Amino acid sequence: MKGIVKRFPGVLANDHVDLFVEKGEIHAIVGENGAGKTTLMKQLYGLLKPDEGEIYINGKRVEFSGPADAIKNGIGMVHQHFMLVDNLTAYENVIIGMEPRKGILLDRKKARKEVKKLSEEYGLTIDVDMKIEDMPVGLQQRVEIIKTLYRGAEILILDEPTAVLTPQETEELFEVLRRLKKSGKTIIFISHKLNEVMEISDRITVMRQGRVTGNLITSQTTPQEIARLMVGREVVLTVEKKPKEAGETLLKIEDLWVKDNRKLDVVKGVSFEVKRGEIVGIAGVAGNGQSELVEAITGLRRAERGRVLFRGEDITGYDPKRLRDLGMFHVPEDRLKRGLIVDFPAYFNTILGRHMIEPFVKSGFLNMKEIKRFSKQLFEKFDIRPRNIELLAGSFSGGNQQKIIVAREMSFSPELLVVAQPTRGLDVGAIEFIHKTLVSMRDAGVGILLISMELDEIFSLSDRILVMYEGQIMGEVRPEKTTPEEVGLMMAGKRLEEIRR
Amino acid sequence: MKILEVLWNIFSNPLFYKLTLTASTPLLFASLGGVFSEVTGVVNIALEGIMLLGAFSSVVITYYTGNVWLGFLLSIPIGIGFSWFHAWASIKWRGNQIVSATALILVAQGLTGFLMEPIFGQPGQTPYVGRIEEITLPGISSIPFIGEAIGTISPIVLIAFAMVFFAWFLIYKTPLGLRMRAVGENPEAADTLGVDVFKIRYFGVLMSGALASMGGAFLSIGEVGNFRELMTGGRGFIALAAMILGNWNPIGAMWACLMFGMSEALANQLQSSPILNVPATAKPLFNLFPFVVTLVVVAGLIGRTRPPAADGVPYEKEE
Amino acid sequence: MNNRVWSFLVPFFSVIIALLIAAVVIILIGQNPVIAYKAMIEGAFGNIQALADTVIKTTPLILTGLAVGFGFRAGLFNIGAEGQMIMGGILATVVGMHMRGIPPLLAIPLTMIAGMLGGAVWASIAGYLKAKTGAHEVVSTIMLNWIATYISSYLITGPLAVGSGTPKSPEIAPSAKLPPIVTVGALEMTSGILISILSAVVIYIVLEKTKTGYEVKAVGFNPYAAEYGGINISKNIVMCMAISGALAGLAGALEVMGLHHRFLGTLSGGKGFDGISIALIGQNHPIGIIFASFLIAALRTGSSNMQFVGVPKHIVTIIQGIVIFLVAADRIVKTLLRFRKVKR
Repeated sequence: MKGIVKRFPGVLANDHVDLFVEKGEIHAIVGENGAGKTTLMKQLYGLLKPDEGEIYINGKRVEFSGPADAIKNGIGMVHQHFMLVDNLTAYENVIIGMEPRKGILLDRKKARKEVKKLSEEYGLTIDVDMKIEDMPVGLQQRVEIIKTLYRGAEILILDEPTAVLTPQETEELFEVLRRLKKSGKTIIFISHKLNEVMEISDRITVMRQGRVTGNLITSQTTPQEIARLMVGREVVLTVEKKPKEAGETLLKIEDLWVKDNRKLDVVKGVSFEVKRGEIVGIAGVAGNGQSELVEAITGLRRAERGRVLFRGEDITGYDPKRLRDLGMFHVPEDRLKRGLIVDFPAYFNTILGRHMIEPFVKSGFLNMKEIKRFSKQLFEKFDIRPRNIELLAGSFSGGNQQKIIVAREMSFSPELLVVAQPTRGLDVGAIEFIHKTLVSMRDAGVGILLISMELDEIFSLSDRILVMYEGQIMGEVRPEKTTPEEVGLMMAGKRLEEIRR
Repeated sequence: MKILEVLWNIFSNPLFYKLTLTASTPLLFASLGGVFSEVTGVVNIALEGIMLLGAFSSVVITYYTGNVWLGFLLSIPIGIGFSWFHAWASIKWRGNQIVSATALILVAQGLTGFLMEPIFGQPGQTPYVGRIEEITLPGISSIPFIGEAIGTISPIVLIAFAMVFFAWFLIYKTPLGLRMRAVGENPEAADTLGVDVFKIRYFGVLMSGALASMGGAFLSIGEVGNFRELMTGGRGFIALAAMILGNWNPIGAMWACLMFGMSEALANQLQSSPILNVPATAKPLFNLFPFVVTLVVVAGLIGRTRPPAADGVPYEKEE
Repeated sequence: MNNRVWSFLVPFFSVIIALLIAAVVIILIGQNPVIAYKAMIEGAFGNIQALADTVIKTTPLILTGLAVGFGFRAGLFNIGAEGQMIMGGILATVVGMHMRGIPPLLAIPLTMIAGMLGGAVWASIAGYLKAKTGAHEVVSTIMLNWIATYISSYLITGPLAVGSGTPKSPEIAPSAKLPPIVTVGALEMTSGILISILSAVVIYIVLEKTKTGYEVKAVGFNPYAAEYGGINISKNIVMCMAISGALAGLAGALEVMGLHHRFLGTLSGGKGFDGISIALIGQNHPIGIIFASFLIAALRTGSSNMQFVGVPKHIVTIIQGIVIFLVAADRIVKTLLRFRKVKR
């Protein structure tokens, strides 16, 4: 890809990007969130058209008017958010758009046979008749890869493939990638996880803010060098944290059972405590019940069995308003869905959750003066940009949106703060800020329950780590007394006692 | 005990079953139309309006050509053309599908009322223009009971049930059907595989226009032979309820439509029952019946049935 | 282009475009649109009588427009204003009939409240169903419309019937009748219009200045975030439908109390559906709704004059339909306008 330029309203996503990938290699594209990696690959796959620049495949110039063209040229893409139809089976998903036919009929027998063959050939074992919604994430990803192979992909693009995998599943994926490489396939691997990139790739292209900042040969570089090219300065990969004595128990979860939207048990008998002045981190890959656990604790979902106690009081089933009255606040994992109302101006978002109390409300009427004064103050204190409280929440960047939410939840002097995926999709500057803020709250005596899929974050922030797998706690460890490998094993389903035997 | 006697009289009368089939037919057409549209992810509540237009246009065409079959067949492209507006607004312009459909219902109601005087010289209802005659099915009509029920029946009723099979076959047994379902559940996924989401959605909506139009045509030239203002009487919405009840599946929709058709036939027979003396003023209460049933159905079963995941959500392509 | 300007331009141009398309339809039936529109304007504003008629028609339309518009703000599509108006009218009639001997100062508010209650309860059925089972309010309110029509039809041809000819109920007590502001010829322009405008002001204050308004809008924009913010979604849905229904019910009550002094025929005659186009043209804003109501009322009054020049009054329904269509797909109008600007 030569000289690729891609503009979106307000942002130059790709600024004269050059990318050279050799046949039969595993090439990694590395960068932070928002660097332009996915945008670049979407153009290679025909989902977007470059504003300027050219694309050459095997020396031939190509122009794609849609994914169909890319597919014809042997390019396949596995997206970060899977493109699968949940209520169809695996083989049905694979054949969409290229269905084997018997006259006007769908030839299901042939389809199943071909998909099975492909899955066995590359070590991507799956049950072709299983519906996607019944499959764990690791298997769903295999279906995605088979989809590309079914269409004769010689070049595979994988966008953040390990974001949803346990360390063990990641190893399995790497095995598959090595096998694919051996059979002559070329793989482009987008990631922001440096250790994985070091392990699997042959060469690396680093991007930052839409430009290429470096071309490296993996065997001749280090994570530090990559990180520096990614961020533009020396990166401190962990945050400063002084040890602290934890205080009284604030939150006690007793044998909690919660069902998900499909009426299946997804939290199965979880028990733990969070004390004053400590950060308890729950690690685990997405989909193991963490979201539902958080929702049950914060009043957004019913618990089937068990109790949630706050400072000794049984608060199971309390609604969010009551919880806030008691001093429990929540930074939700989906800031656009739960945390903000994007069509409301910022000054209405800063009071969300406490909009019904004085001084914001007096005898049913909103006190606009007080609301705006409060909001302006919040914006100043947390350096939220642009410094305009009249702007609709939707017009702020992801980082600033998250800041608004964190600022809001903090400003009412919480006793306990539940924080889920707080730095998802944020750039390093915002991540540093949020981490510093959480540590300072913990130092001031707030109890924090942190749920995160980023192991680095869990390790650097938590005083105690719990690991969740399939709705249960696999073990509790202190970060200084364990290793990422041990935690990874727990994330994959091994209990702590088993590992330490 | 009088009520049991009345019910027995009704259920043992073969005419009741014929009435059920005839009442179900317009619902069936419209309901299948709804399925086609929503399976690809476009909500189309304008069925009521398309039906009305189909009823009117078939009468108008029959009036000018003197041929009832031409009336029936040529009303189909008109229905397709009318539903094209909904498709255009919803798919190309990403408009609010509920509001656009409501608009079309109003336009249909207005247009059909508006054109009556200029074309027929009288408001309210048109003169009789002819109807599609019933046919006698050889062999079946000689079977006792069943023969009396469906031995002589309108060919359109048969077409309706054939459509059920056609819809089921298309959606579940052909590649096109697989793509339709993919587009309705996860249009982005289909798009990344090179499937033309917009084209498939247009197909779904235009099919719904064709089918709903046939349903309306049956009401006018298939049954009574003329057009009366607002003669669809809410059937387009009952068809939607049938679609929901049938879980967006053609076969399911068929059973649901039969149930609604039966409730309409039941209300009809109860009203004219010689045993149950129903005062004329209470007649409106019987007309309530299918609507209450629809309400109960829509309320009671929403949790257990599942629309296509992308139903009603306009598809935005990143450009 | 900023939002505020668009929210005026889109409905404005939608109406213009609709009128143009309708003009084409008129030409197709062999009539002259210029003459037709002239007749319409005369019929709506030509003389004091016409103006009074238009104002009288505006009264219930403001309320049904508010009903639908308020619902929209809450994220609810209330197509049931028709049925809610009918049920409000019925209840107001029944209460109004029993107000003999009670002073107007008491009788009038009581009858109005009865109307609001009728509409509120009727709408709450749909609201409750949605909150409890997720039933889509579009289908349930439409069903309730039909049910209300048949119930009222039964009542005024059966238990409540009086006289012959058009089905109607007995008259309400004189003390429950709304006093006129001014009498123009044979038309009494009742004080109903004042109540309607007052309602619009009240709704505006509620939406913009109260905690309830904040919560209603929050649920309308993002029910998930609203739930996170401690707002009870179920209670909110039912309450919003109830308020919406109360407005429509009040419209029915005012028709009974101010205009016919009894429940006459079908009472509503499409005013509930007019509410939809009014809410959309008025962009769900109480002030916009007042103007939009006046526009639709003018169209309706004027259209009866159009009949005399050979254009059936259904043209108004067609115009409304087109306007709604364009507002729904507002990108069409926006793109047209941008295109015209660029061309210049």
